[in-house]
Amino acid sequence: MIAVIDYGMGNLRSVQKAFEFLGFTAEIVAEPERVSGATHLVLPGDAAFGDAMRNLCAAGWDQAIAEGIAAGKPFLGICVGLQLMFGQSEELGHHRGLGILPGQCVRFPRTERVPQIGWNQIAIKREVPLLTGVPEGSFFYFVHSYYVKTENEDDCIATTDYGFDYTSIAGSGRVFGVQFHPEKSQAHGLRLLDNFARMR
Amino acid sequence: MLAKRIIPCLDVKDGRNVRGVRFSADRDAGDPVELAARYDAEGADELVFYDITASAEGRAIVMDLVRQVSEEVFIPLTVGGGIRTFEDVRYILKNGADKVSINSAHVHTPEIINQSAESFGAQCIVGAIDALRRSGAEDEPPAWEIYINGGRQATGIDALEWVEELVGRGAGELVLNSIDADGTREGYDLELNQEVARRVEVPIVASGGAGNLDHIYEVLTEGKASAALAASIFHFEHYSIPEVKSFLEERGVVVRQ
Repeated sequence: MIAVIDYGMGNLRSVQKAFEFLGFTAEIVAEPERVSGATHLVLPGDAAFGDAMRNLCAAGWDQAIAEGIAAGKPFLGICVGLQLMFGQSEELGHHRGLGILPGQCVRFPRTERVPQIGWNQIAIKREVPLLTGVPEGSFFYFVHSYYVKTENEDDCIATTDYGFDYTSIAGSGRVFGVQFHPEKSQAHGLRLLDNFARMR
Repeated sequence: MLAKRIIPCLDVKDGRNVRGVRFSADRDAGDPVELAARYDAEGADELVFYDITASAEGRAIVMDLVRQVSEEVFIPLTVGGGIRTFEDVRYILKNGADKVSINSAHVHTPEIINQSAESFGAQCIVGAIDALRRSGAEDEPPAWEIYINGGRQATGIDALEWVEELVGRGAGELVLNSIDADGTREGYDLELNQEVARRVEVPIVASGGAGNLDHIYEVLTEGKASAALAASIFHFEHYSIPEVKSFLEERGVVVRQ
């Protein structure tokens, strides 16, 4: 079972639906203790970083996620879910993140329209199983005002150009985060989710 | 590079798609679920469902359509029309929509934008305005007035001031619907889009007036819009979405193909 983490924010149903469409069992899970019964963890999100982190910690998800990752379960953060994986964010004051990967989350400069909304391309820096069958330059749907800066260069799997190149897919081992919404990105997004769900 | 978006809009009344000409529904344009599937297959970048009945029954019908569409279509879906309260926003986002387009309500109760953006994030709160050009003397700067209730009621509010207010309150995107141009197929109001783009940093979706491919090209370049929304030119198959995108790409506009 793929656990789609419900911490009171975000359009969870669309993530669940995408996995169901692909033939996998995905459940929206609101109780951290159910992580033990899950094979994969997905952390969606499109709310503000601070609120999201507060809700996650209040429910005990920070610990449950750390334990799930330590147990080797594939993990996927989506949008704010990616941002939460990092150490800190400057969104609306400073907030601590989950600290799964070293780095931080900062606001886009005012050189382009903010938020970035729409379809943008990825440039692949590192081949990973998550991107099997996803061509270089594929378009994905993005909606965000903040982006992540990875501390380890190796954690950057793909970049996207929004006036400059920033990390749009990050990860290490079986832990991944994508800044875009694969569940809203037609065929390439579904392929990425399929690759993730097939990780063992 | 971020692609310019092409967004078909489905105006839904009693479960059917209708075409609006200067805001009145006059003609049946098909089954919204079928149309949505077609647009998705053709490469639409988003879909907008606009409930033009704006009653509780109308809302339920639209959300039922959105649920059906969202089972099969994996692109962003926006719902607008008749949203009055924060509870309406919550209901729509909980039932399969990715974004909510708020129109008249932000004039009656502007706090709906703050409250919705704080709870769900600015990215899913779209501030939509219906703007009518004010007639002024030649040497006066251009101005537009906000109309509400489906473009029927003047508010006296200056549109260029109000868009800044909306963004300040948390709208993550703006839809500019020109009442002058709506349904005329004579082109978007380029100046309206330009003037708003100068004042706010959020993306702008141009709406109302698309009649040919040049109109779309103009508003995405000269007009500074990030996206072009259109209804009738797609519904009646005057143009297909691939045709629009090829036309834009040949002229150097980045689109998703």
